[in-house]
Amino acid sequence: MSESNAPILENRHAAGSAAAVRAEGRMARLFKEIWRYRLSYLFIAPFMICFVSFIMIPVVSAFLLSFMSYNSLEPPRFIGWTNFRYMVSEDLLFLKYALPNTFKFAAIAGPCGYIASFLLAWLISILRSGWRKWFALAMYSPSLMGAVAMTIVWLPLLSGDRIGYLNSILLEWGLISDPILWVTSKEHLMTSMIVVTLWSSMGIGFLAMLAGILNVNPELYEAGKLDGIKSRLEEIWYITIPSMKPQMLFGAVMAIVGTFKAGSIGTELSGMNPTPQYAGHLIMNQIEDYGFIRFELGYASALSVFLLLLMYLSNKFCWGLFGSKEDE
Amino acid sequence: MKMPSLSKTLRIRRRSKLFRMSRFEKAVVFLLILLSAFMLLPLVYIFNHAFKPYEELFVYPPTIWARNPSLQNFVELFHIASDSIVPVSRYIFNSLAVALLSVIVVTGVSALCAYPLSKHKFPGHKLVFGAIMLTLLFAPETVAIPRYLVVSQMGIMNTYWGHILPMVAVPVGVFLMKQFVDQIPNELLESARMDGAREFTVFLRIVVPVILPAVATIGIISFQTAWGNIETSSLFMQDEEMKTFPFFISTLTTNMANNVARQGEAAAAALFMFIPNLIIFLVFQSKVIATMAHSGIK
Repeated sequence: MSESNAPILENRHAAGSAAAVRAEGRMARLFKEIWRYRLSYLFIAPFMICFVSFIMIPVVSAFLLSFMSYNSLEPPRFIGWTNFRYMVSEDLLFLKYALPNTFKFAAIAGPCGYIASFLLAWLISILRSGWRKWFALAMYSPSLMGAVAMTIVWLPLLSGDRIGYLNSILLEWGLISDPILWVTSKEHLMTSMIVVTLWSSMGIGFLAMLAGILNVNPELYEAGKLDGIKSRLEEIWYITIPSMKPQMLFGAVMAIVGTFKAGSIGTELSGMNPTPQYAGHLIMNQIEDYGFIRFELGYASALSVFLLLLMYLSNKFCWGLFGSKEDE
Repeated sequence: MKMPSLSKTLRIRRRSKLFRMSRFEKAVVFLLILLSAFMLLPLVYIFNHAFKPYEELFVYPPTIWARNPSLQNFVELFHIASDSIVPVSRYIFNSLAVALLSVIVVTGVSALCAYPLSKHKFPGHKLVFGAIMLTLLFAPETVAIPRYLVVSQMGIMNTYWGHILPMVAVPVGVFLMKQFVDQIPNELLESARMDGAREFTVFLRIVVPVILPAVATIGIISFQTAWGNIETSSLFMQDEEMKTFPFFISTLTTNMANNVARQGEAAAAALFMFIPNLIIFLVFQSKVIATMAHSGIK
């Protein structure tokens, strides 16, 4: 900068070498920095090793495998977009059953479960603290059951003969004249799946929202009252939800991931794989079908990439709803 | 001078609100009792089913309460299992071992990772946290096939590691713990370092006690996951001896739809799965709610 009289060539040379030295210096400084924090890296190493090997590598290799043909015996062969083209044009099971079923299942079970968790959490938060604990436990208890036990719980209730509890009650009340096949007919399987999923949807997201509501600053409600908020509905809309947006987002993420990864519930409820006339066939079932039965791992990976993208986009959508860009 | 009048109006308002609330509260309690009945009914019924003797399972119309409670179903559950190649005690031992080990490993590893992510500004910490947040949006179950390939390449098939390691990386766990570590004031850590405490001592003496609620929560979640997990058993274990109890139950219940014969035993097994989760959750419930207050994604 200062030596304006120096020959241009020399100047440029000096600048170049200075840049090189600076770059080298930056690298060295980075290394020194990394070395200085070596303990931090040691701390995160155990988690990162597992994270990389069981989450990152599988996700990345799913992306790579989705462009290949691979049957686990011969080495993978690059085939470009063929898997995806097959998915959207020829895979009838996917187009006719897995895709619409997944959309239907996720569009009903996801938002309904989410809204129900919020409303229940809100109702519980109104109670005195002594009561809250027990109602929260009652709502959360289905999640304590776990997936395996859940089907055992519901099967006898939904059993298709007259011994099934639901059928026997409906028969007694005269609402139906013949027992209904709740889990083994294609008309009712999806409904049963959604109801059972809703029943067990008060999970970790529900607890997060409950905690979020309980932590809203009470002064805000007082202030809101002075500002002319009259009904409780207005209170929820203008105070509760805006001040617990982060927890709402967490709950939404949990709900989305939970509904899209559901797969075994249809086969477990109906006791058949594939489900009767593919009525409960979800994308996860299609992935397992291609991956572990037909051994078309490339195509199965393409399906899982599609599912990951669906999850990602729905999450982005919720981010838009609840994300805190600028506080209003 | 103004203070008394203000507090007076406040008190009146509060009292009137309380009065109005109590009526509203009653309605809420009523509604919640109905809803809890819907949530709990299946559990009440499974509890009874497990203790019903064989004849009562076939009674029409079906009853909810067991008339002559017996332990027949539990006895039979263990009996079928002793007929099979692997005794049921082995499945239960496997499950317990896997559940306990994964609680210890998951909480330890997540806490170790959360501390530097929150408090050390090492190069790349934003990248690491971003990657973890991104996978929070995914379910690793969707990429079961590449996971299977990774596990088989690592040579941990048919070992306890195969049960535990794939379950160690829980993005939710690190995320929740990091939110907790964020609350620790930096001055506290600095002063401990001034006194000559090494990073590991700082971690054990200051960080861990503060994030204990989060540790308890993640412990519960990972216990529930491991205790009910059948994915690792069905994918990564070919030896019958290495499989876990829930997997055994799921083999018991396949084709159970419209089949009453084994419902009693299945109910007994379900109860057996449910009780440990319930006890642990009851013990740590207040910790869980405290942790969840910090679960918000900003």
